[in-house]
Amino acid sequence: MEALVAAAIGLLVACSVLLLLRARTFAVILGLVLLSYATNLFLFASGRLRTDEPPLIGLSDTYTDPLPQALVLTAIVIGFAMTAFVAVLALRARGELGSDRVDAETPEPPP
Amino acid sequence: MLTGLIILLPLLGAMLTPLAARSGRGPAALTATVATFSSLAVAGFNSPPVFAGGEWHLFVPWLPSLGLNLSLRFDGLALLFVLLILGIGLLVILYAFYYLPTEDRLGRFYSLLLLFQSSMLGIVLSDNLLLLLLFWELTSLSSFLLIGYRPDSAEARQGARISLIITAGGGFALTAGLLLLGSIAGSYEMSAVLAAADRVHAHPLYAVTMLLVLLGAFTKSAQVPFHFWLPQAMAAPTPVSAYLHSAAMVKAGVFLLARLFPDFSNTDVWFFTVGGFGLATALFGSYTALFQHDLKGLLAYSTISHLGLITLLFGLGTPLGAVAGLFHIVNHAIFKASLFMAAGIIDHETGTRDMRRINGLWRFMPYTAALAMVAAGAAAGVPLLNGFLSKEMFFAETVHHQWLGPLNWMLPLFATLFGIFSVAYSVRFIHDVFFNGDPVNLPRTPHEPQRWMKLPIEVLVVLCVLVGVMPERLVKPLLDAAIESILGSVPTYSLALWHGFSLPVLMSAVALALGAVLYGVRHRLFAVHDRLFPEARGEKVFRRLSTRLRWGARRLMVRIDNRSLPRYVAWLLVLATGLAAWGSRHGLPLRGGQELMPVDGVSLAAALVLAVAAVGTVLALRTRVIALIMTSVVGLVVTLTFIHFSAPDLALTQIAVEVITTVLLLLVLYFLPGGEPPSIPGRRRALDLALATVAGVGAALLAFAVMTRPHSPISEYYLANAKPLGGGGNVVNVILVDFRGFDTLGEITVLAIGATGIYVLLQGLRLPLPQASPGGRPWAPDRHPLILAVISRPLLPLALLVSVFILLRGHNTPGGGFTAGLVAGTALILQHLASGLRWTQERLMLRYFPLFGAGLLLALLTGLAALLFGRPFLTAGLIHIELPLVGSLELASSLTFDVGVFLAVVGTVMLILENLGRLSTTQPPRHPAETAEERGG
Repeated sequence: MEALVAAAIGLLVACSVLLLLRARTFAVILGLVLLSYATNLFLFASGRLRTDEPPLIGLSDTYTDPLPQALVLTAIVIGFAMTAFVAVLALRARGELGSDRVDAETPEPPP
Repeated sequence: MLTGLIILLPLLGAMLTPLAARSGRGPAALTATVATFSSLAVAGFNSPPVFAGGEWHLFVPWLPSLGLNLSLRFDGLALLFVLLILGIGLLVILYAFYYLPTEDRLGRFYSLLLLFQSSMLGIVLSDNLLLLLLFWELTSLSSFLLIGYRPDSAEARQGARISLIITAGGGFALTAGLLLLGSIAGSYEMSAVLAAADRVHAHPLYAVTMLLVLLGAFTKSAQVPFHFWLPQAMAAPTPVSAYLHSAAMVKAGVFLLARLFPDFSNTDVWFFTVGGFGLATALFGSYTALFQHDLKGLLAYSTISHLGLITLLFGLGTPLGAVAGLFHIVNHAIFKASLFMAAGIIDHETGTRDMRRINGLWRFMPYTAALAMVAAGAAAGVPLLNGFLSKEMFFAETVHHQWLGPLNWMLPLFATLFGIFSVAYSVRFIHDVFFNGDPVNLPRTPHEPQRWMKLPIEVLVVLCVLVGVMPERLVKPLLDAAIESILGSVPTYSLALWHGFSLPVLMSAVALALGAVLYGVRHRLFAVHDRLFPEARGEKVFRRLSTRLRWGARRLMVRIDNRSLPRYVAWLLVLATGLAAWGSRHGLPLRGGQELMPVDGVSLAAALVLAVAAVGTVLALRTRVIALIMTSVVGLVVTLTFIHFSAPDLALTQIAVEVITTVLLLLVLYFLPGGEPPSIPGRRRALDLALATVAGVGAALLAFAVMTRPHSPISEYYLANAKPLGGGGNVVNVILVDFRGFDTLGEITVLAIGATGIYVLLQGLRLPLPQASPGGRPWAPDRHPLILAVISRPLLPLALLVSVFILLRGHNTPGGGFTAGLVAGTALILQHLASGLRWTQERLMLRYFPLFGAGLLLALLTGLAALLFGRPFLTAGLIHIELPLVGSLELASSLTFDVGVFLAVVGTVMLILENLGRLSTTQPPRHPAETAEERGG
């Protein structure tokens, strides 16, 4: 199971890198979303994988590590804010430059 | 405490003047005056014991472990400088009010001036080397802002930049010097450092320490070869020049010489460096001043030469030399400030500062002319004026010094030469400007300025005369107090006007006579000078150096940074992979000792879905909606993963975020419809793929290596104490709102900052609205489908109820402020989607800035409430309540904190989505007539 989760994280990272290397804003946004999934999973998995041991006192005898969960929970929300910020930045860039490209190529003329 | 007020009052004024300036120039000037005057009054009331040889001390530990303390000393030397800084500051404030154009509201000007004044006061009052350094850098920064006060002038920008580079560079050396000095003395407290003078002298690093400190002092006091920032700084408004170059800024350097005099003086190295640089500066400055055609340029080089003179006097290392140095500091401040102010008036009235055009002003403004002539006389060292006295003392000291042995006669000779040049340029200032025929082609016809503009000059000129006539009565007590605080005793000296006929008197007479002669033959001199030195050297070298540096930097930048995001990302990845490879070059065991979990069929299926969706996102990039849906599928699988591996809280949060993110990205997609992606060459494609593979494999290996290692987390504590200390069964929530509540407070603050940033980015944004979907199909005419609207309305109260439920139960079961906030946000957004922005806003009447502001405030106040009970910030409290019907209820103060989180999250989410939504509805897309047919198909 550990190998499966690790492979999933690796695949997400690879896909997100491919998206980040594309030269247009929307791809970069999606790439960041995938990358934050991968990061959150990685951080979460650093608490080790346990089933049926939620950190709710009284529900079971042993509990999984709650600390990575707390960290990931805020990371998810902050990740949303970051995605929103990057997305709006992309809109602003399009408004100012008339293009959604993020490489140094000449932007297409504003319509 | 009172000593601290001297620094604090101007600082307070610096904060208040911009506010006062809102109601006009008058209130701004009044605030600045009151701040300066009250500081002066505090200094005055505390001065009697200082005059009697006492000192005031203030010691507040600040960072004792670093040796940095807020320790101030108010002794004779500090008093002398405080009086100069505040006294002349007061006059400059008045002068600036009339000098600067009436359109200028003066808020920024006075604020910067007071900030500068406050930091100068800090330098002279500091009793701690590090504190002094802090104020020293503050003067560099605030003078940078003052010199560049008119940012639209290229000259001002350059002047400010050069002065900052030179003085901050010197500050760097000074930092090193003072750190060395402090470590030699064993303390950074000035009193201890001064007491350790013998140890400093004997230390092997004495010379290095001294030279580093001197580098700081020389750059600040514009000694050759660092002098050239000062003439450049003349681009500042004249009141700034009058202040910076008479009583403040440039005097910081010589103050340092005076303050550390006991630590360094009286050695050969001291004499030859300080004396040598001082002499060179004095001669160079006075010589160059004669050849300036710019009125302020002449004064600038004259300032340089007088600073050289003061430096030379301290360099002599004798008690009387130090007295003369202090005396000249006072005298120079008085006459130079008045000369700058007079030059400002002339500039103001004639519209130019070129002395080849300004002639014969005596006829137009005899009163100002008379004032300026007295001040210039003082600068030249004419008897009965203050400059004469200190110059006599200077001449006497050069005659009596013994450092050069058989060459002792050279110093008086050079001193006389300095005197000759000083007289010559002063005569030039008087004769060229006020006599010498008629003005040449002036932009304006000059006349006497306003009454009040002349007042500061009158005060200063009267001081020149009074000090010149009765020095014993006026300045001797001050000088005595100052010299006592430097040397510990007062040497016998007299400030009498006439000591009988002696060599110094002869030197003065020769200087006056030859100076006048030199001015007489100036035209021939100018020709020779222009042929020999066509341009100022130091400035030229500096400019060439800085240009080359900028070029080099730019060439380097172009190589690294071609403004391409993919390239940045690629470089970062290459760097990270390289570092990871280097870190594991000795090989690391991939698998730890932990037992592996078997794979079940459902997990495998989920992993397959995730793989398909992730790869699909990349492949479907051309059709952006599909790529977005694929990404959401990945999010759903991630949610399932959280559920499967015992993280119900994460799953709840993730699913809520998923909905909101999708809505957000759909809104964004409306404006970024895509189109043909730029064609990517095959080689690049292969490179990208290779990089992605390396990154992915690396991440997978790392994750596997982490997961298979046994670990002993610190969480045992949280698990054990969640119930007894935090009063909640949901350990994740207790960690968030209680154990690590400070982190959470920071995180919701970041959220709020992000939302504010988004709000600002969206302000005034105009985007071309797409008329049709990427497929070429027009938008549906039914913007708010009836069914959705009808269903969503009764859903709102239900959804809000759910969110409140999730919030309240969060402490014991999965839920909490973050999740509840996201759910509430989703419910509200649904209304916007279903019924339109206006419809919803009219009914909701929620304003989101106050909402997340209230959330932050509530969380903060909950934390602060703990302080009321004498507990550390954010300590949670538990209350047990017995209610008749409900029974025993346990309320934790962390619930209020969680409510704060809830409000902040709702506010943030709504602020982001609503503003983004508004963007697409300000100009609704047109609906072509053929819409109906298209919709049918």
